Amino acid sequence: MAEERRFLSASGVPIALRRRQHSASCRELAVRGPRLQLRSLSAATSAVWLAAYGLFALCENSMVLSAAIFITLLGLIIYLHFVKIDQESLLVIGSLGIQVTSAYASGKESTTFIEMGQVKDVVINEAIHMQKVIYYLCILLQDPEDPQAVSEVVPLFQSSKPRLDCLIEVYKSCQEILEQRKTAPQSS
Amino acid sequence: MVLKVFFPSCCSSADSGILIGRWISEQNSAVILAVVHFPFIPVQVKQYLGEVQRVTKVSVSVLGSWSNSKQEKEESLSEFLEDLGTIFCHEPWIQISKEGDSKFWSCSILQKHSKNPQEEEIILVYYDQRKVMLSHLHPPLDTAGQRAEDASKLSAIFDTVARSQVLFMTDRYDEGPIKLTHWQSDGVEASIIVELLKQASVPACMLLTFLLSLLSGICRSRGLKFWPLSFLWSKLSTCEQLGHRLQHLQVISSNKKAQNQNQLMRKANIFVSLLIDVALGILLMSWLYRKNRIGHLADTLIPVADHVAEELQDLLQWLMGAPAGLKMNRALDQVLGRFFLYHIHLWISYIHLLSPFIEMILWYVGLSACLGLTVALCILSDIIALLTFHIYCFYVYGARLYCLKIYGLSSLWRLFRGKKWNVLRQRVDSCSYDLDQLFIGTLLFTILLFLLPTTALYYLVFTLLRLLVVIVQGLIHLLVDLIDSLPLYSLILRLCRSYRLAAGVKFRVLEQQDGKPLRLLMQINPLSYGGVVQTYRLPTYSCYPRDSWASLCKKLFLGELIYPWKHKGDKQN
Repeated sequence: MAEERRFLSASGVPIALRRRQHSASCRELAVRGPRLQLRSLSAATSAVWLAAYGLFALCENSMVLSAAIFITLLGLIIYLHFVKIDQESLLVIGSLGIQVTSAYASGKESTTFIEMGQVKDVVINEAIHMQKVIYYLCILLQDPEDPQAVSEVVPLFQSSKPRLDCLIEVYKSCQEILEQRKTAPQSS
Repeated sequence: MVLKVFFPSCCSSADSGILIGRWISEQNSAVILAVVHFPFIPVQVKQYLGEVQRVTKVSVSVLGSWSNSKQEKEESLSEFLEDLGTIFCHEPWIQISKEGDSKFWSCSILQKHSKNPQEEEIILVYYDQRKVMLSHLHPPLDTAGQRAEDASKLSAIFDTVARSQVLFMTDRYDEGPIKLTHWQSDGVEASIIVELLKQASVPACMLLTFLLSLLSGICRSRGLKFWPLSFLWSKLSTCEQLGHRLQHLQVISSNKKAQNQNQLMRKANIFVSLLIDVALGILLMSWLYRKNRIGHLADTLIPVADHVAEELQDLLQWLMGAPAGLKMNRALDQVLGRFFLYHIHLWISYIHLLSPFIEMILWYVGLSACLGLTVALCILSDIIALLTFHIYCFYVYGARLYCLKIYGLSSLWRLFRGKKWNVLRQRVDSCSYDLDQLFIGTLLFTILLFLLPTTALYYLVFTLLRLLVVIVQGLIHLLVDLIDSLPLYSLILRLCRSYRLAAGVKFRVLEQQDGKPLRLLMQINPLSYGGVVQTYRLPTYSCYPRDSWASLCKKLFLGELIYPWKHKGDKQN
């Protein structure tokens, strides 16, 4: 029930989409980006330390070296905990809601749950960003006062930015579950 | 339709019995609150539920049956459980059964009057009863108040569990006809320290209220209302801060119980903020008075004031010469320069008059730091204002002179062009002047125009100095504001007991097995730290910039006096 397919993101890096069907009305779609490479980490660290050593050679103050180590460590921790998103997943539970999770490289997970009553639809939107036209998947939230109006647009998969082929797969999976709530008899 | 059953994780290992809880028909979901064990008399169960319903206003009823068989499934038990469905008629009747230690339970529904006989899918959602009961669900920050109620279906579930607290008061050691299992069934939790504090707080509050009423009576007495004193009190920021803290103390010491979550958190935040403030103030005081640091401070105060005055004198000498290569009008330059120099001389003499008393005054004023760090910071800001009073005076003189000059210039410029300001119609009209009016006007215009650079330079220099002092004072007040308004109790609660402040929920999918209902774990998604600060910020008498940048620049250009920080409660001028 779990299948994984490889795609490309909007900036060309390889991403993987994993689909799991837990039950007839519950699906989980996870997009995994590339992990932190040891190469780029070593390159960044060596660059900072070379610069610090050059500065030390100029001004003979050993505080520069310890400051460089401190900055590197702090920068790495901040990057892993707040910036680098490893996996973004979408859990659609028919009749309960949609849950959007972002998992950071340090293990932190930030989750938002949107109740089904607030969800109007899940659509693929086009956007013009600088010189590119990009597609993104988003959840349209309903305005409680006006059933026809949309009160908010929640964009999904913002850091992994999958291309249209991946988005179409996710869109089809979501729509299958969202349709169930239209065919099921409403009780209130 | 999908049926959702919210099952408390504490009842997973309970013995067989019947399930009681609330059925929310609009959402097709059942919130299970407890399990009632055999043996019981159905009439007594119904009576008990009726009492609970009356007290909590939550429609609690028997929802189904729960069977936890350690051995193989017994046929007679299942028939017995179905028969129970006829005694406690509830539509639909939920039957959950667990075999041995298996994680995967089987769940079935009996519908007698079902319109569509199709199989309903069942979702089993486990929740931690204690955390859901104690947590407070916060609506999204940007919705209006009335939309929040119907926006969240989950709030109904949180509400149900929170309001059924009386159901959780009976534990299994009580001798009653009903035996329940819920999160507190092993014994009601309570803390001796909390109970003692609650008992002690009542007389403490009464004493505090009495003292505060005495204090506010003294403050409002006629003796302090005479004009010079009341003007002084309104200008000193220390008095405002003390008044603000007095207000806080009144809020804490009031006898009324907090009505809702917001008021309770507000009281707690004020209490913790006051405590930390006083603790930091006492720390500062002990640091200042150790090794007589305050004596050293008083000793350096006069030399610092002298140094500032000397720097100002140097500045004025520079302005009286050829500042930055600009050529000033010699006569006006000398007049203004000498006037300001004499002013500085007077100021220095006053400071030197005061110098023997400075140490004593500072020593006693430093004692008031025990009232809180914010009071100490306000005193610092006031001392800075008093010490730089001459800069303020210079700014006012320079600004007034410049302002007069600008107005004169603009009016004479109109005369130069043959126009006049019509006060009645508030516009510029043409006007025919006499020849001698024109002659004098043009002469004066020329004089003012050529004297403009000198006055403008003095105005510029003193305005910059004044702005510097204002910025320093503003920073101190910003810090005081931060300490005043930070909701420390809420932040500590978010750190230690994050489930109390909930922004929402999150679901985790547990192991599944084909043919069994979908198993989900519902956990509490805590509010972010930014959300906590935004929701529970204490209101302050904050000072924020009164003018936008554009109007500030306009006022500076025209020479109007600027008071950049506006306090809440100031009348608009």
